[in-house]
Amino acid sequence: MAHIQLKNISKTFGNHTALTGLDLDIADGEFFVLLGETGAGKTTTLRLIAGLEKPSEGQVFIDGVDVADWGAAERDVALVLQQYSLYPRYTVRENLEFPLKPKIRRLPDAEIKDRVDRAARTLRIEHLLDRKTDKLSGGEMQRVSIGRAIVRKPRVFLMDEPLSALDAKLREALRTELKNLQMQLGATFLFVTHDQIEAMSMGDKVGVLNHGRIVQTGTPHEIYNNPRDTYVASFVGSPPMNLIDGKLVNGRAVMAPLNFELPFSGAAKASAATDGRPLVFGIRPEDVYLESGAPVEARVHDVENHGVEKILTLRVGDATLRATVPARTDVAIEQAVRFAWNPDKVVLFDKGSGVSLRHAS
Amino acid sequence: MATTMITTLDRSSRAAARGLSDISIRNLFIIPTVLFLIVFNIFPLIYSLGYSFTDFRASTNAPANFVGLQNYRDLLNDPFVWNNFAITAKYVIVSVAGQLFVGFGVAMLLNRDIPLKGLLTTLLLLPMMLSMAVVGLFWKLLYDPSWGVINYFLGLGNFEWLADPKMALYAVALTDIWMWSPFVMLLSLAGLSAVPKHLYEAAAIDRAGPFYTFFRITLPLVAPILMIAVIFRTMEAFKTFDLAYILTSQPTAELISIRLYKMAFQEWQTGRSCALAYIVLIMVLAITNIYVKYLNKVKER
Repeated sequence: MAHIQLKNISKTFGNHTALTGLDLDIADGEFFVLLGETGAGKTTTLRLIAGLEKPSEGQVFIDGVDVADWGAAERDVALVLQQYSLYPRYTVRENLEFPLKPKIRRLPDAEIKDRVDRAARTLRIEHLLDRKTDKLSGGEMQRVSIGRAIVRKPRVFLMDEPLSALDAKLREALRTELKNLQMQLGATFLFVTHDQIEAMSMGDKVGVLNHGRIVQTGTPHEIYNNPRDTYVASFVGSPPMNLIDGKLVNGRAVMAPLNFELPFSGAAKASAATDGRPLVFGIRPEDVYLESGAPVEARVHDVENHGVEKILTLRVGDATLRATVPARTDVAIEQAVRFAWNPDKVVLFDKGSGVSLRHAS
Repeated sequence: MATTMITTLDRSSRAAARGLSDISIRNLFIIPTVLFLIVFNIFPLIYSLGYSFTDFRASTNAPANFVGLQNYRDLLNDPFVWNNFAITAKYVIVSVAGQLFVGFGVAMLLNRDIPLKGLLTTLLLLPMMLSMAVVGLFWKLLYDPSWGVINYFLGLGNFEWLADPKMALYAVALTDIWMWSPFVMLLSLAGLSAVPKHLYEAAAIDRAGPFYTFFRITLPLVAPILMIAVIFRTMEAFKTFDLAYILTSQPTAELISIRLYKMAFQEWQTGRSCALAYIVLIMVLAITNIYVKYLNKVKER
């Protein structure tokens, strides 16, 4: 198991810049999720750690050793890709044996058999061992490719959107399995995904990547409740955080173009400098609530019924705002409602830079 | 949704204006080809089967007498014919193996990012596009013992490539390898570029060495297409005539098709040569069938 560190990594492909000044620290035994949109540089980061690409600048450390000159084989990592990359024409068993069999570090046959059987048992693919890989379903293939990673007992597991190609039910099941597997093995995992639900539910720590830069690293809880900037706020969470332009005036949030006011309890913390300065107020939909005596009036624009809850889109003037309310709330489209927010949960962002005021200091 | 095999004719087209229907246009294209095939391929094939049971000689006016399986019996008992078959087998094995080795090797070298790859590939394909007869004459000059380029560069003095009984066959095979390796290379390149790159990456991560990767990933994935190359080249090599006929007249390099030619047009044993042609045909069919069976097995795996 290993501790991984990236220091000031930059990577360019021709004149396209994939990563700029990336710093990353993944502790031993941690389940680290790298979250970002397509093209944010997640896969490149993974490939740099795996040794499939060389950084244009910066250093990669595994257990404190600079691995710049190490090839993929020496780094002793395991990589699971979205497209499974099983070796065709071989059975599942042969695929699982593959990493154990190269002549240079061939293990004794008994040991190979033991490890393969153990991996198969862990992933519940024992009954498939003698099947050809092209006769497997997507979920089974992905299990085999995870199996091929775990037989070797690598120092780090790198997973590049391993669940993206699977259907929803299976994705959920494997998500839990992977997390359990990681805890069981106590291994360092670096998991790359564009799916914020995967990131929140699996990660010990989440790194949000945007345009080749790490925007924020933290526990899922921190990322969710205390996003560093408006990008993280709008990217993480479904539905995303509401972002409303406005100002603080005398301890009240005054929405600038929308023309409504809400109480703001953090006023004491907010210094005089914040008073009157253009801000963006961020509030999670679940912290917006409907109440008959609440200060702001809105119309219900849309209702999404999710069973356990309803997601309302409220219309105030030209702007819309999402609110998550209990399923029993009885509302109709175009109905006039009054809403308020939980003033403790409001996050303030600087209008110009988009950075949260809590993080700016 | 109903789909028809024949595309309907555009009603405003000139062909339609002339009163041609879909079917008559189809016939216009197909019938000449079919006729050509019947006249020049199928008819002679059947006609010669008839001759193979007679003692017909095209050089005389004597009527053909039916002799039953006499021709086949004689040919299969003739040690000289068997010797020709042995020579042909040796030639096929050397030539096809050589082409496979060189062609696949060059394809492996070309299957990476190198400058001028397209131009290089095209240049390497040139030998394949030449006419057999031209290649034969050309290599005859290269092999020439007194002023040929090959002896000059290899410093072999007056070594007689084509007149040496032991060497002649290999000299012909060498020419064939030069000419047809590009074909194998082309097919191999197609096969190699179809191997997904992520498999190589997975193998690198799994700490497989270059040889291990080659034998466990590259080769199994390219095998089916290589088999196709082998089938084509075996069939062609088995039938080689022009190259060998132009290059050498050594009896040790007398391939079965040369024997056939001599029998038919120098000795005028038309009936017997028809029988020999059938024996060759059956052999080629048999070998091809074995390959195809094997190919299907390789594909299944």
